[in-house]
Amino acid sequence: MTIEDDRGQDHSHGRSHEHGEMSELSDTQLRVRSLETVLAEKGYVDSAALDVIVEAYETRIGPQNGQRVIARAWADPDFRAALLDDASAAVNTMGNVSDVGSHLIAVENTPEQHNMIVCTLCSCYPWEVLGLPPTWYKSVPYRSRAVLEPRAVLSKFGVTLPEETEIRVWDSTAETRYIVLPIRPEGTDGWSEEQLASLVIRNSMIGTGLAQRPGEAKGDS
Amino acid sequence: MSNTIHDMGGMHGFGPVEEEPNEPVFHTSWESRVYAMNRAMGPLRLWTIDEGRAAQEALHPAVYAGASYYQRWLLGLEARALQHGLVTKEELAEGKALVANDRPNRIFKPEDAANLTRGSFDRDPQGEAIFKPGDQVQTLNINPAGHTRLPRYARDKPGEVEAVRGCHVFPDSVANGKGDDPQWLYTVVFDGQVLWGPDAEPGTKISIEAFEPYLEAL
Repeated sequence: MTIEDDRGQDHSHGRSHEHGEMSELSDTQLRVRSLETVLAEKGYVDSAALDVIVEAYETRIGPQNGQRVIARAWADPDFRAALLDDASAAVNTMGNVSDVGSHLIAVENTPEQHNMIVCTLCSCYPWEVLGLPPTWYKSVPYRSRAVLEPRAVLSKFGVTLPEETEIRVWDSTAETRYIVLPIRPEGTDGWSEEQLASLVIRNSMIGTGLAQRPGEAKGDS
Repeated sequence: MSNTIHDMGGMHGFGPVEEEPNEPVFHTSWESRVYAMNRAMGPLRLWTIDEGRAAQEALHPAVYAGASYYQRWLLGLEARALQHGLVTKEELAEGKALVANDRPNRIFKPEDAANLTRGSFDRDPQGEAIFKPGDQVQTLNINPAGHTRLPRYARDKPGEVEAVRGCHVFPDSVANGKGDDPQWLYTVVFDGQVLWGPDAEPGTKISIEAFEPYLEAL
């Protein structure tokens, strides 16, 4: 097993990883290529279909879907109620968001309760509305810490909430999938859904962040 | 397997949570191929999602901890492809098909990727739900050798049923090749202090999604 040899590959970014990919094939790359070739030759996968799956997650299935859902919930009280009642059904009424399957659940942040999502057993995450999870969400530190010391984890993300605000951690141990409905920032009266969506950072829908305030620089997450 | 490293809620020693600025969806092209192969193989119904999880849980803990996320997906997929006889070790070593095979009944085609929505895990119930929101329950103290979705930190603990989520495929059965055996699924919430004692942070609650066989009435 030479899996450890390739760990750096995963955490390399930008130019260094492009260079690494061009200059040599790692053990993991070779294994992946070998598996795909054999599965394709035996008729189990179609490499062209793999290309389309990758493209879908690199382009259309990402947090922009969740941002539109949250913005609609902030702008439309009826939609907010429908989302909290049955998030899968509510999201599927939206024309500008790709369809989602069953078992999506939205949980609403309030001054009394802040919600935060984790999967301690693997990496369950609402792919359809948030895309694929960031590495930290799938990492051992997050999976081990989130249920034990959520306030400490939140502070690592720059989120400090008053003691009176209860922290509620949702461990996704089944096929239900959770998305957090963050608190609508003040100073956004009369904003369009498009304007509101720009404040919904990904982490605010996982619960490790808050929606941004008007004028706050948009972070990458 | 249940009591192994994947069940890591509450463990110490893994360092701080580190966020990567401007993280791409995939860091390398092989990560994207591993992900896509797993997605494309799912609809062939050669195995279930829980069998996929169980394949990763069966990795040696040192391998699990040392591998990156998509390396684990690769190892899990290799293991299932070998177990189900789709490929041989020699073929993987050579990087080409060596053994003739019957073609699978279906294959995931490019046009199928237009719809990547999840399937439903709801199944017809085998009986009425025993619990309702507000009920006080105790999780069982179980330590099965096979796959389970009851994490160690939430075993043998009192909690409250908050919601009934439907009647779903039971992972403890289906991952072990014993069929769907549908069970009622509940959100059960625990006080932080119940789970972690005096080391709990103040004002915290933790919930799990608990299948009915994990619970007894209090």
